[in-house]
Amino acid sequence: MNLKALLKALTGKQDSKDVAKERLRLVLVHDRASVSPEFLDIIKEEIIRVISKYMEIDEGNTVIQMHRSEGTAVLEANLAVKAIRRTF
Amino acid sequence: MGEVIVITSGKGGVGKTTTTANLGVGMALLNKKVALIDADIGLRNLDVVMGLENRIVYDLVDVVEGRCRTRQALIRDKRYENLYLLPAAQTRDKSAVSPEQMRKLCEELKEEFDYVFVDCPAGIEQGFRNAIAGADRAIIVTTPEVSAVRDADRIIGLLEAAGLRGPRLLINRLRPEMVKRGDMLDIDDILEILAIDLIGVVPDDEKIIISTNRGEPVAAQENGSLAGQAYRNIVRRIMGEEVPFLNFYRNRSLLGRLKKLIGFGG
Repeated sequence: MNLKALLKALTGKQDSKDVAKERLRLVLVHDRASVSPEFLDIIKEEIIRVISKYMEIDEGNTVIQMHRSEGTAVLEANLAVKAIRRTF
Repeated sequence: MGEVIVITSGKGGVGKTTTTANLGVGMALLNKKVALIDADIGLRNLDVVMGLENRIVYDLVDVVEGRCRTRQALIRDKRYENLYLLPAAQTRDKSAVSPEQMRKLCEELKEEFDYVFVDCPAGIEQGFRNAIAGADRAIIVTTPEVSAVRDADRIIGLLEAAGLRGPRLLINRLRPEMVKRGDMLDIDDILEILAIDLIGVVPDDEKIIISTNRGEPVAAQENGSLAGQAYRNIVRRIMGEEVPFLNFYRNRSLLGRLKKLIGFGG
C-alpha cells in the first residue's frame, strides 16, 4: 500500500470515480429494467389470456419484467399456476 | 458498395459532431471517398466544425423533398481529396425527414462512397430514428461522466432494439491526470459497465477547441496533437486494421516517477 492509499484508508474517503461507478451501476439496474409499465401490463394481460386456456393462473401472483443480460433483453414472466385444466 | 456509420450518443455535448468531422477527414486522408451527413436538422453544426459554412447552397431537406439532386447538395471539401458534406437544414425540424427517406438517401450514397458518416442529433426521438435508419454500423460517443455513460447505455439498448448489432464505443475527453488521481472513470470502468467493444479513446485536448475555432479538424494535422492521433487510429480500426490503443499514462518526467513511487500523482 502506498502513501496515498494509506491516507485514503485512514480518512475513509472514497475516490470520486468509485462513487461515480457505484452510482452508475445502481441507476443502470433501474434503467435497464424499465420498459413502460403500461406496455408491460398489455403484455401481461395477453400472456395470461393465452396461458389461461391451458392452466388456471393466479393473476395476483404474476410478475412480468424486462431486464438486460449479456447484451440481450430478457422478458421474464413468473406465473403462479393454481390448476391445470384437464380438458387438454 | 460503401458502408454507413452513424455517430450517436444520446446525451448532447459529448463530441459527436467533432468526432464525425475528424473521422471523415482522417478517412479522406487515407484516400477513401467519404460523405458526411449532418442529420441534426434545425441545429446544424457539422458545417461550421468543418469550416464549410459559407459554401452551403442546398441541404438534406432539399434533397429528400426533391428540390435538387443529391450531387448538387454535396459540398466538396477542397482541402482533401474525396471528402463531401451534406449539410442539415437549419430552418426546418426533425419531422421534415422520415426514416424511410434517410434509408433511401444512405443507399444512394453507399453506391458512390466508401464510407458515409451520419452525425446524429442528441436525444432518442425522431432525429435519432432518422439518423440510424440507413446505418450499417454505429459508433457511440461518450465521455467519462455518469450522465453520458448512462445515456450511452440507453442508446445501446435502442440500437439493439432497432437491429443495429455490435455498436462500438468511443470514449471522448478522457483526462489521464484525473483518472490517475481517482477522480475520473477509467476506460475499463466504462467498458465493464456498458459491456461493449471499444473503438478508441480520445483524450481531452485544447487543440480540439483551437482547431474548431478555425474550422480545421485536428485529424488533418499530422504532427503534435494526441487527439488527432487518436482519431487517425480510430479511422484505421474502422477500416478493420488492428491498431494498439494509445497509452495516455506514460510518466514523462523523473519527478513524475518519484511522485508515483511515494504514491502522489505520477
